[in-house]
Amino acid sequence: MVTLNHYLILSAILFAIGTAGVFVRRNLITILLSIEIMLNAVNLTFVAFGRALGSADGQIIVFFVMTVAAAEAAVGLAIVISLFRHKESLNPDSFASLKW
Amino acid sequence: MGSEALAFYAFGAVAIAASLLVIAQRNPIYSVLLLIASFGALSGLYVLLDAPFVAVIQIIVYAGAIMVLFLFVVMLLNAPHEETEYDERVHPLLRPGPMRFGACLALVLAIELWWALARGVDTGAFPGGAVTSVAVIGRSLFTDYAFAFEVTSILILVAMVGAVVLARRDDPRERRKPGER
Repeated sequence: MVTLNHYLILSAILFAIGTAGVFVRRNLITILLSIEIMLNAVNLTFVAFGRALGSADGQIIVFFVMTVAAAEAAVGLAIVISLFRHKESLNPDSFASLKW
Repeated sequence: MGSEALAFYAFGAVAIAASLLVIAQRNPIYSVLLLIASFGALSGLYVLLDAPFVAVIQIIVYAGAIMVLFLFVVMLLNAPHEETEYDERVHPLLRPGPMRFGACLALVLAIELWWALARGVDTGAFPGGAVTSVAVIGRSLFTDYAFAFEVTSILILVAMVGAVVLARRDDPRERRKPGER
């Protein structure tokens, strides 16, 4: 029998993978992908709790999280493109200066 | 083991394996494609949670729109491989600053997870009466959450304009056109 606990544990594992990705990877695109993994782990928690409480609010919040994720991806990737034009690199360590 | 549990474990295993491979790949294109697989598995989990609306928008919005955007950028930048200044074979705990911090954080999260599992309050089965109807979700979205919904449309407009402005090529020849400045 699959209970709420199962979904919460799965979500925690996915969130931990996303967090590890942000810290371990040295590539701006992979870091943005790790953030998407974390957002999805949280979405899974929202839907699981909404199901456990018999409410539609969890699914509605997931809808808003997805729109925010879309906006974040668009702006984040635009920043990545303009950073890449300046330094020809995707390594976050090469963007340590405040001015160029 | 019932078919629901079997489906849960199958989708969960695919989601975890694909996510792990996303952060293990050195080529971002593979990372993006594996993340699409992970989102597909999560969509299956949403179906198991009686949330077909979320399952469908997960595929359409996430896998269809956001990941394609990522794929476009990866191909546009044409910089597939990540350059590193440290030895890949060194254990993460012995690598420089932020990586050591990340490895410690992962360790703390693992301990926390183990602690939470050991306490294990049994939540029992899900109650009946799940909200699956798109009509109910839509009615709630346009009444209780109407303000948030409208703000979301402004947010997307701002993000769209911001992305265009940020990614625009700042060409010096364009500036020196006659009649401008």
